[in-house]
Amino acid sequence: MTEALTLIEASVTLGGHLALDRVSLTVRGGEVLGVLGANGGGKTTLLRAALGLARLTSGEARLGGLPVGSLNEFRRASLAAYLPQERRVGWNLPAWSVAALGLPHLSPAKARAKALSALAEVGLAALAERGVMDMSGGERARVLLARLITTGAPLLVADEPAAGLDPDAQLQVMELLRSRAAKGSAVVVSLHDLTLAARGCDRLAILAAGQLVALGPPEQALSPDILRQAFGLDGGLIPTRFGSVIAATRVAKEANPDNPGRVNDQLA
Amino acid sequence: MKPGPDSRLILALTGFLAAVSALAIGLGETSLSSTQYHQAFIDMSSAPAQILWFIRAPRAVAAALVGSALGLAGAVMQGLLRNPLADPGVLGVSATSALGAALVIALGLAATPWAVQIAALGGALVAGVLLTLLAARLAEPQTLILFGVALSSLGGAATALVFNLSPSPVATAEILSWLLGSVANRDWLAVGVAAVPAVAGAVLCLWSAQALRMLTLGEETAALSGLRMASLRAAAVAGAALLTGAAVALAGVIGFVGLAAPHLVRGRVSDDPARTLIPSTIVGAILLVAADLAARMIPSSEELKLGVVTALFGAPLFAMVSWRAARSWRG
Repeated sequence: MTEALTLIEASVTLGGHLALDRVSLTVRGGEVLGVLGANGGGKTTLLRAALGLARLTSGEARLGGLPVGSLNEFRRASLAAYLPQERRVGWNLPAWSVAALGLPHLSPAKARAKALSALAEVGLAALAERGVMDMSGGERARVLLARLITTGAPLLVADEPAAGLDPDAQLQVMELLRSRAAKGSAVVVSLHDLTLAARGCDRLAILAAGQLVALGPPEQALSPDILRQAFGLDGGLIPTRFGSVIAATRVAKEANPDNPGRVNDQLA
Repeated sequence: MKPGPDSRLILALTGFLAAVSALAIGLGETSLSSTQYHQAFIDMSSAPAQILWFIRAPRAVAAALVGSALGLAGAVMQGLLRNPLADPGVLGVSATSALGAALVIALGLAATPWAVQIAALGGALVAGVLLTLLAARLAEPQTLILFGVALSSLGGAATALVFNLSPSPVATAEILSWLLGSVANRDWLAVGVAAVPAVAGAVLCLWSAQALRMLTLGEETAALSGLRMASLRAAAVAGAALLTGAAVALAGVIGFVGLAAPHLVRGRVSDDPARTLIPSTIVGAILLVAADLAARMIPSSEELKLGVVTALFGAPLFAMVSWRAARSWRG
């Protein structure tokens, strides 16, 4: 299958520091790649670089096998769609109208029909006419996901689509992305919840200080060594009858004279 | 996106504009008898015809043109900057346009035909070119707003300096009169000349409509939407600058119409920045024709300035708009 996304030794410098350091990876249709890492690890920079939104200082990014810099706006949109972390919506448009923004080149009637179908897919058919500002955070997140789906792009990139959502909504978002992958799309999603990533993604790319420290299936990418290196956690992936979960405790990074040996337990 | 309801709204607003314009042409300081009204329609050389078609009508059309230009420019600015409090003045175009006019008046060229209008349009175009170049290069609206605020402050300060150093009280009074805005004594030629940049600006603004809707979801989503955002953003800024420049060249500085008109129609078009454009244009025209009628009809020792009337009615509306905008800030 064609490579939907390829990064070759991609580096990005932001504000004088290396935000992404020689990262290479490939994503193909039908798979969900989770991008994980601590805050400031380079997740969003990786996604933006892959889409041509952040300028590479070295290396190369390709969409559908073509250098991203060589693509015009229309071609790039036909190869990839993006759901940024920022969920603020400027105006109180009805949900269907927001979902229809995924298809700006289609006639209004066709775009509306596709938007309604995407809203049905995310379980919001009944709220199609409601203004997005009058919705809960979870509902709005799903409307924005519907907009991502309507694009029909072979690569869907979502930056923390589950952030701030309740557990049920988080699982719904992952199920929706998985269902798109099952239909042949390549999905790249950045996440903070390690357990959600382990359960919802086929492969994980783990970033630490801009470097790719692991790339592979969850059980391999979330090994105790990587958890320690990338997240400062002592722990591992534990299989349960509900699926694998991460259990971890925080590693005490350095002795604090005021509070020696303080360790916070954490179930990540 | 919904042609049905939008067409009905546009038709209703156009009907309302026609009615207000008919009132503005029909009513005035000189009251006419029914015979004189009849004469105005059958004999173009008669005095009533001169009053109706060569004094009141161009004035009403000038008000409609300025109002529609400001209404459209305001709707574009709000959509482009994703800010319900944006108006044509926010990018500093009004300020530089006013500066151009003030300079020419202070230099004693006010009596030179078209000098003030050309200077006002020139001032707007200088700002427009700078802003358009910036808009094509930078996606972040904050940068554009900050640049606009700087330009506005600079334009305001330079106008104050011109005012300060103005050689004669007559020039000072003329600059002040210009800054307060008016469409009194505008003839058909003045209206026709201002219509050229206004129509060009309107075409650019309407072309950018889809980009404005896409910007609802922010710059990054828009950048990957498949639309040519850099060109469309530049078209929106250039269009708004042309519209504002045309308005200031014809009537001086008039506030609040550009801010208020989009908000008066927003609820009728599901808050959609693209669908707001045409109704805002018509509502802007209605507001200014009505304001000019009020300026003429409110009894006072001297005719009220149009900018004063719009500000008097606009300020309370501004407070209402701020109240409504708080909802989107919370969102």
